[in-house]
Amino acid sequence: MSVIARIAVQVFKESVRDKVLYNLVLFAVLLIAASYLIGQLTAGQDVKIIKDLGLAATQIFGLFIAVFIGIGLVSKEVERRSIYGLLAKPVRRHELILGKYAGLVLTLAVNVSVMAVALYAVLGYMSWVETEEFRQSWDASATDPAMLTAILLIFVQLMLVTAIALFFSTFSSPILSAVLTFGLFVVGHFNADLRNFEGVVDSPVAASLARALYYALPNLAPFDVKAQVVHGHAVPFGYVAATSAYAAAYICALLLAAMLIFSRRDFK
Amino acid sequence: MARYAIRLTELTKDYPTGFWRPRPVRALDQVSLDVEPGEVLGYLGPNGSGKTTTLKLLMQLIYPTSGRAEILGRPAGDIEAKRRLGYLPELPYFYDNLTAEELLVYFGGLFGLAPAVARTRASTLLDRVGIGAERRRRLRRYSKGMLQRVGIAQALVNDPEVVFLDEPMSGLDPVGRRDTRELIQSLRGEGRTVFFSSHILSDAEALCTRVAIMVKGRLVSTGRLADLAFEVQGWELVVSGGERGDLAGLGLDAVTTTVSDGRHVIELPFDRPPDQVLPELSRLRFQVVSLTPRHESLEDYFMRLVASRQEPAA
Ligand SMILES: Nc1ncnc2c1ncn2[C@@H]1O[C@H](COP(=O)(O)OP(=O)(O)OP(=O)(O)O)[C@@H](O)[C@H]1O
Ligand SMILES: [Mg+2]
Repeated sequence: MSVIARIAVQVFKESVRDKVLYNLVLFAVLLIAASYLIGQLTAGQDVKIIKDLGLAATQIFGLFIAVFIGIGLVSKEVERRSIYGLLAKPVRRHELILGKYAGLVLTLAVNVSVMAVALYAVLGYMSWVETEEFRQSWDASATDPAMLTAILLIFVQLMLVTAIALFFSTFSSPILSAVLTFGLFVVGHFNADLRNFEGVVDSPVAASLARALYYALPNLAPFDVKAQVVHGHAVPFGYVAATSAYAAAYICALLLAAMLIFSRRDFK
Repeated sequence: MARYAIRLTELTKDYPTGFWRPRPVRALDQVSLDVEPGEVLGYLGPNGSGKTTTLKLLMQLIYPTSGRAEILGRPAGDIEAKRRLGYLPELPYFYDNLTAEELLVYFGGLFGLAPAVARTRASTLLDRVGIGAERRRRLRRYSKGMLQRVGIAQALVNDPEVVFLDEPMSGLDPVGRRDTRELIQSLRGEGRTVFFSSHILSDAEALCTRVAIMVKGRLVSTGRLADLAFEVQGWELVVSGGERGDLAGLGLDAVTTTVSDGRHVIELPFDRPPDQVLPELSRLRFQVVSLTPRHESLEDYFMRLVASRQEPAA
């Protein structure tokens, strides 16, 4: 096993032991289950609301895991000085970054899968208890496989957020990294507005600044295909591929920057 | 094979301080030092003299401002060199959620050890540093001294040729100190090169083949302990026979202790060398039992160097 793989496995093992992670996953599963009750209470009695809530819960809790574990991965090692012992082992600094990243992506994959299984279980149960004619009124079947597309894109988005968290944590404190990552997550969803902003303002300086920001900041809105999936609209494969390619490029850039910064740092 | 296990060449490190008006602190100033394979080098100096800085440069945890640090003929940070070295950081800290055993197995894995091999090695090493059943407990619950022992164990997980120990005795109780001293002695017996820092000189006195003394970021002295210029501060003269009262006549009463069997132990000060005193004593029918020069201790030597370094600055 390579050094990167060993570090990744260690990250996974440690996060599995982390109470924070258990609580987050448990809470997410509970929420997904509760969405069933909420669905019962609302007049429409539709699967839409459960799908919507369940996917949102998967995303938000995934986000918490990505940020809270992601920022700790590197900055805690530095702050608590455990990095001294680790870097004296035959580990190159960039391998440490890649191993940590891979480990967290593995953790996220497992957790997103758990949440997906919980969501399908709730939806399957609902589909099972409802009458056939009621099921006919739904836009898409309760256990519509298209939801997997939405979950996949959520996962890809979380991979991107993890890379952002890791990037910040290579040079700033855990708290600052968390704030910056959440900040970018929010900004990333409104990124497209920067494009429009360009047309609204007169000043050419402001316009080009808006354009620069539009290209530099991560664009996270395209990963959100909840609404389409919930309403039974197809998400074309080309769209998923293009969005994932965008994420891959962005992640590579972030990891490269993180490795560069980390390789030059003094650990004092 | 490399001629030197460790080689520092004009190693210099400035720490940047001050945000608005940067005024770098020179923590290490042109330090050059060679350590041969099999040596146990005591890297000594008072607080803030640059010992930890040197070790961090050797581990490439920090980068030098100028100069070079090499281990086994390779530059600091080289992966092949890292495979063959062990490092105990100052006040080591590892991972709260791992047990001592798991930590060693993880680190062993980073050296490419198979899990079964790493587990066997972990258990041998933890025995060796005196971590018993508590090796199955998470490191969160370890005391400072226990962490220090785990730190020593993890530094040896790859059976290293060169071992770097930053203040290995700190945080240890007397038993721990004795154990660690014995451990370093056994590392020496196994032919490993040991580079350890300390400001406790008695540790060095007992262990080192050679010491290097750092003061304010500069290497001020290196050598075999026996060759270092220890000043003779006086002599201990043991005599028997004669009358105690006669010693008072020679002005030696204040420095004399009479021990049970009619012997007198005279602590001769530096300004009363034995060749002046001995003829008088033999005239008064004293017999010489023994005469030993009293050297300054490593501690005194050290303080003298520190003082001489500080004067020009004042
Ligand atoms: N991160 C840092 N930033 C600025 N100055 C530093 C930093 N680390 C160390 N120094 C300075 O560098 C000098 C050497 O420090 P170093 O830690 O190497 O000393 P030391 O010999 O290990 O001391 P000790 O016996 O206390 O462990 C000191 O003057 C210290 O103040
Ligand atoms: Mg130190």
